[in-house]
Amino acid sequence: MSFKIMPKAALPDWVTWLKNRYRVVGPTARQGQYVFAEIASPDELVLDYPTSVLPPKKYLLPQRETLFTFDAQSMQMKANIEWEPTVILGVHTCDMHAIRLLDKVHATGYTDQHYQAHRQHTTLVSIECLSPCMEHSFCKSMGTLTVPEDYDLHLTDLGDSYGVDVGSEKGEALLQGFTAIWDPTSEDYQRINKVMAEKWPRFSYRLNFDVTELPDLLALSNNSSLWNELGDICLGCGQCTKVCPTCYCFDVRDEVDLSLTKGERTRTWDSCQIDRFATVAGGHNFRSTRALRNRHRFMRKGKYHLEAYGLIGCVGCGRCAAACLVHITPVDTFNELYRRHKKGELLEEAKQA
Amino acid sequence: MTTLLKETLKHSSIYLPTPARITAVKDLTALEKLFTIELPSGFSLNHRPGQFVQISVLGVGEAPISISSSPSRSNGSFEVCVRRVGSVTNAMHALKPGAMLGLRGPFGRGFPVERFRGKDILFVPGGLGLAPLRSLINEVLDERGKYGRVIILYGTRTPADILFRDEIAQWQQRTDIEFHMTVDRPDESWTGNVGVITTLFPKIQIHPRNMVAVVVGPPVMYRFVLMELLGKGIAEGNIWFSFERHMKCGVGKCGHCQMHHIYTCQDGPSFSYAEIKHLEEAL
Ligand SMILES: Cc1cc2nc3c(=O)[nH]c(=O)nc-3n(C[C@H](O)[C@H](O)[C@H](O)COP(=O)(O)OP(=O)(O)OC[C@H]3O[C@@H](n4cnc5c(N)ncnc54)[C@H](O)[C@@H]3O)c2cc1C
Ligand code: SF4
Ligand code: SF4
Ligand code: FES
Repeated sequence: MSFKIMPKAALPDWVTWLKNRYRVVGPTARQGQYVFAEIASPDELVLDYPTSVLPPKKYLLPQRETLFTFDAQSMQMKANIEWEPTVILGVHTCDMHAIRLLDKVHATGYTDQHYQAHRQHTTLVSIECLSPCMEHSFCKSMGTLTVPEDYDLHLTDLGDSYGVDVGSEKGEALLQGFTAIWDPTSEDYQRINKVMAEKWPRFSYRLNFDVTELPDLLALSNNSSLWNELGDICLGCGQCTKVCPTCYCFDVRDEVDLSLTKGERTRTWDSCQIDRFATVAGGHNFRSTRALRNRHRFMRKGKYHLEAYGLIGCVGCGRCAAACLVHITPVDTFNELYRRHKKGELLEEAKQA
Repeated sequence: MTTLLKETLKHSSIYLPTPARITAVKDLTALEKLFTIELPSGFSLNHRPGQFVQISVLGVGEAPISISSSPSRSNGSFEVCVRRVGSVTNAMHALKPGAMLGLRGPFGRGFPVERFRGKDILFVPGGLGLAPLRSLINEVLDERGKYGRVIILYGTRTPADILFRDEIAQWQQRTDIEFHMTVDRPDESWTGNVGVITTLFPKIQIHPRNMVAVVVGPPVMYRFVLMELLGKGIAEGNIWFSFERHMKCGVGKCGHCQMHHIYTCQDGPSFSYAEIKHLEEAL
């Protein structure tokens, strides 16, 4: 929509200005790591953070959320749709792609009004990544190294100022009445072109093949012995899905107070890596081994989501790799499948099955 | 007149149930009870055989349960047959007529009954699979003239597990239904067929060109019955299943029922073999 320049010196004022109107959330430093948290004062905000432990998803899909409250005696029930006008600052582009997928999931078929309410009242201020955030990220391979089309405001660090791309009316609203921004000069345009041009070479491709080949590679990999090898070492702890910006599965529970009649139905994050996730009455478990559960996770990320929603399910943030105690990573998994494929092993295993 | 689904969708949360009253409870076996549930006045269920509702016992939880009565017998109230296996189903078993439940749905894709018209229909319910299949069987029987032969092959583990004994007695008497039954393990009183459900196949004649088979039962049963049906030459698109999966939300969000890229609660639970044969995890 438009492009503006905001001097870095104006950032604290802008954050304070936003705080008068919204709950402002952003990356903050906590014990050597970075977490998205409510910004109490502008100096807590760290816009040039490497990566965050949990993605900003937690503000759209809280780890625990009340769906409705009830009185079991009178059968009164009341939906609990929660929202608060929120601005999330400093969202990396991989996480932007992940939110795009979450948007799609929650609007496909039946609408999830709980997600929708959070989402509609949230404005995202994304930021261009200029160098790799950590050893495990592979955004360049996944095509998420720049912002998807549907952004609100997008920042690019230009040294002593930020380039501010306005992508939506919601984004524009964050600048309305804030005066310490100006229209770019031709120098500013030159600068942003230079910054962008310099960024690409800093990132390397970490997948040994093009991402568009991933679904077909996975289709060939159903019977690969690699899944058993992963299953043998996986702890089934579910950390990988907990930190993943595109994981959204949940469990539903009723919680009652001491009267045993009043209570609430809640949902909490769940993980397909946990044993009982796909078990049905009678004890049959449709993914009874860690091997099958690992396969499901990687298929979901690289193939199933694309088939169901038209978007790939992994945005290459690397969080799951960093979180896994036994070093199971998407890059190594996909590359190993590719290596076996090149040697003809996948076809061989498929034939034997 | 509104439908339960329209009401469910009108709520500000898709997860919010509509209250409904149990009007009758009948013991079917030691583990299974048949519940008649009355919809609020002015509501219809308007379901398709094969669809399920999410039933809530507030304070305990929610479970997906198939609708067991046929559409034409589900005006104002409908039936579900529930086996007690865990917290929600045990809580339901403790409820008496008059007690209130919460309902959402009906959800999922039912069987495409129009496509079955004019064809011979082979029903293969195993165990509790008769509960969902009964909705379709009675739909077909309610409009008997629209279908060809009606064959029912029913298998249970023991004679004590047989559901809907009164109805079965009627089916056995009707000349326009071919009904055969078997148990895996007989007791002293049992004089009928003994063996797994596939031992019933030699008893019937199959003209595959004009036949639809509908198979609902425990996961272990599907492969064996499928081999039998394919062996008889029934087309892959005319072999139908209902898939049970762990389900939490019923609306394609919680991920529990995912089978490949498919959410069973949305695209299923009914599938033809042609639709799922390429999906590794399906059978
Ligand atoms: C489409 C569909 C139709 C069904 N129709 C019927 C029916 O007509 N009659 C009937 O008696 N049962 C039916 N079931 C099975 C029924 O949903 C489960 O028995 C019930 O959810 C168990 O809940 P619970 O709280 O009693 O057990 P829990 O205490 O939750 O657990 C007992 C066991 O059931 C498994 N389980 C838990 N939740 C689910 C779930 N949501 N779906 C599947 N398995 C689960 C657990 O992993 C565990 O092994 C159907 C299931 C599906 C998916
Ligand atoms: S974090 Fe690693 S060990 Fe834990 S479930 Fe995921 S893959 Fe397995
Ligand atoms: S699968 Fe791993 S790398 Fe991919 S989006 Fe999820 S956490 Fe990030
Ligand atoms: S039951 Fe939740 S996605 Fe199907």
